[in-house]
Amino acid sequence: MGGYARELEAGIERIWDVAQSLGLRPFPTHFEIVPATVMYEIGSYGMPGRFSHWTHGKAYQVQKMMYDYGLSKIYELVINTNPCYAFLLETNTVLQNKLVAAHVLAHSDFFANSAHFGETSRRMVDTVTLNADRIRTYEFEHGADDVEKLLDAVLSIQEHVDPHATPADAHADHRRPATAPERAYDDLWKLSERGNGNEPQPERVNDMRPSRPMRDLLMFIMEHSPRLTDWERDVVAIVRAEMLYFYPQMQTKIINEGWASYWHARIMRELELSEDEYVEFAQLHSSILQPSQRSLNPYHVGFRILEDIERRWNDDGKDGRAKLMEVRETESDVSLIRNYLTEDLVRDMDLFLYQKVGDEVVIVDKSWEDVRQRLVTQLASHGIPVIYAEDGDYEGNRELYLRHSWDGTPLDMNYARKTLEYVNRLWGRRVWLDTRKSDDEPLLISYDEKHGHQIHA
Amino acid sequence: MFTVTLESHDWSLHRKGAIDQARHKRKVKEAIRENLADIVSEQSLITTDGKKIFKVPIRTLDEYRFRFDTSEQKQVGQGDGKSQVGDVLERGGQQGGPGKGQGAGDQPGVDYYEAELTMDELAGMIFEDLSLPNLEEKRMQELESPAVRFTDIRKSGPFSNLDKRRTIRENIKRNALQGDPHFGSLTNDDLRFKTWEQDIQRESNAVVIAMMDVSGSMGTFEKYVSRAFYFWMVHFLRTKYDNVEIVFVAHHTEAKEVTEEEFFTRGESGGTKASSAYQLALSLLEERYQPDRWNIYPFHFSDGDNWPSDNELCLQLTSELVERCNQFGYGEIRQGRYSYQSTLMHTFERITNPKFVSVTIADKADVYPALRNFFGTEVGARG
Repeated sequence: MGGYARELEAGIERIWDVAQSLGLRPFPTHFEIVPATVMYEIGSYGMPGRFSHWTHGKAYQVQKMMYDYGLSKIYELVINTNPCYAFLLETNTVLQNKLVAAHVLAHSDFFANSAHFGETSRRMVDTVTLNADRIRTYEFEHGADDVEKLLDAVLSIQEHVDPHATPADAHADHRRPATAPERAYDDLWKLSERGNGNEPQPERVNDMRPSRPMRDLLMFIMEHSPRLTDWERDVVAIVRAEMLYFYPQMQTKIINEGWASYWHARIMRELELSEDEYVEFAQLHSSILQPSQRSLNPYHVGFRILEDIERRWNDDGKDGRAKLMEVRETESDVSLIRNYLTEDLVRDMDLFLYQKVGDEVVIVDKSWEDVRQRLVTQLASHGIPVIYAEDGDYEGNRELYLRHSWDGTPLDMNYARKTLEYVNRLWGRRVWLDTRKSDDEPLLISYDEKHGHQIHA
Repeated sequence: MFTVTLESHDWSLHRKGAIDQARHKRKVKEAIRENLADIVSEQSLITTDGKKIFKVPIRTLDEYRFRFDTSEQKQVGQGDGKSQVGDVLERGGQQGGPGKGQGAGDQPGVDYYEAELTMDELAGMIFEDLSLPNLEEKRMQELESPAVRFTDIRKSGPFSNLDKRRTIRENIKRNALQGDPHFGSLTNDDLRFKTWEQDIQRESNAVVIAMMDVSGSMGTFEKYVSRAFYFWMVHFLRTKYDNVEIVFVAHHTEAKEVTEEEFFTRGESGGTKASSAYQLALSLLEERYQPDRWNIYPFHFSDGDNWPSDNELCLQLTSELVERCNQFGYGEIRQGRYSYQSTLMHTFERITNPKFVSVTIADKADVYPALRNFFGTEVGARG
């Protein structure tokens, strides 16, 4: 181990102790120094060992190009596992990597203590490696082209999963009574009527029609697709399981990055930095927290909100740090914004709503409640439209009926049509999409190979 | 107790990212192949000197998914502390469009991907299976296509051509002379290299007579299409054959032989007598390119708007040309202007010789199929 590594290792041990003394409880954390190419590779796959697909290669190429041209650089990469894995860039200075280590320990603490990560697998690196092996076997058995085409289709709807969905939800509920009981204990009285032979027969239910519309399209397709074979269903299951693992990270981007930024700043101030080191730290810190005009920088927004919470609680004579610990255990991005983005913060951060007006992009609204509401709406769906599977036997023809849950924002119809082709690849029969062009213009489209794209309403 | 560790492994054999990057590149190439018809008629390609690297817009590498069209929607942004309602962030769609800046994965981005290609790579894909049809052996052989054959062994040469077998044998032989036959302690004396000879295979002579209508009735589109076709044809002939002669003929009511540069840049006006070009072509055959020594390929592009009384003469001259050449190609450009056939095309329909090949181009994207029609391998047989 060279001088660089020795110095960094000593630094990280010190950072660990400081983090512990300040109240962080991260998973044991394993740091590894890697070259840039490995950093980009892991970054573009989401974690080491994941299955091969050209989209990962595309992400890798983009990241590598950005790095080669000096446009951007990944500083931190941390995997939610126990023990936690973190990767440091070998070309960073010792001080840069110390800051990254402090930042990463706070992420590790967040993974370990946030309720939203409670159900994620902490052995996911093993799982994705096994998944990649299985997919490689399928490539061997069925041809890389077939597997790639299938993955293209599955990945197009990979975000449409629901952590709480179960296979039973995809089916009609046979047990649920068709009508709700009139009074609370009505069903008790019925017990004595049992067996007199006069009770109405349960209505015949169509099993392809879930009792409640289902948001987890992958689950619905796995359960009901008339076309997919066993190994194809397995590929759908793999993509779904991996997506569910990444899902909480999408829900907690702002709070998690805010948390890590808040703590790297606190921890670095506890270290005995020389003046030069302090300047270097301050530069890096401010470049991470640099606000951006057209899309919010999650590091910046999260950091400002958390700092504000601590200050307000301290000002009220309460324990601000304890309040922060509670926030990190319970809040997601949506609830953080809804509960803690105040009028003062919106003003101080200078948040606004902008919109395209004619040829120009113009600031149209600065009312803090409007800003907060719009942000909550955006975050609630992570920018992904909510689509429900309503019927797997539409018109009695085993066609798939999807409904876009309308929230005022139209779909990109060009993309929607292409995605329907992919869904059709998975379903094998005609696929419908019920959406809207605007609040009062409904739109129903469908696709199958025989009829092509059709517009129905 | 284990809480925090730092390690550094050897990752040099780790190439998964690179392998999937290659998969992606392969898909880009496929996408280019699927879009060749559009790419071939791309204005920016045809107006260059052929040495540049192009950015070819590819539409098929999008990762389609359900996403919002937020172009008309309100978005949250952040100012520097002095922002006011009514401030303009961007005018006329210029500065930093979607896709730039951080996050913002929910905005419709620019929906094409730009692949970089050199002219040679692109030409390679376009010309992959094209060739001069009906090529015959002629008396004087001049058309050269160079080939390399490894024929000799020498003691010096580039290391990429090292003949390992012979080198090892020489080494063992030398050691054996000193009483210890083994492989080791190589010296420069042991090295043996393969060397090659340029082997020139002579093919038959070929000449292409490129005739183009430059009369007043040829609008911007017609000129553009015929130039696009000839641009790729010239490029194709120069890529595939070392020694094809190309004669450029421009005509309106009169025809004259012009330089390549004039052919591609000059516009004329006036009426149209296609017969003038055919006449000139026939006299070229008399003077310079005798059919018993040359493979001859006349091509003619026109809007078909010929002087009506000239058509019979055209038919007669064309029939004569077709008899004496390997293939006669006639391309007519009719951008939706004519719902009916031109009188010239109608006249040409009477030619039954399968060496006469005609195409109609109604759209820029038809240039590539026209190339394939004329230079596809089985053209002559199909007629």
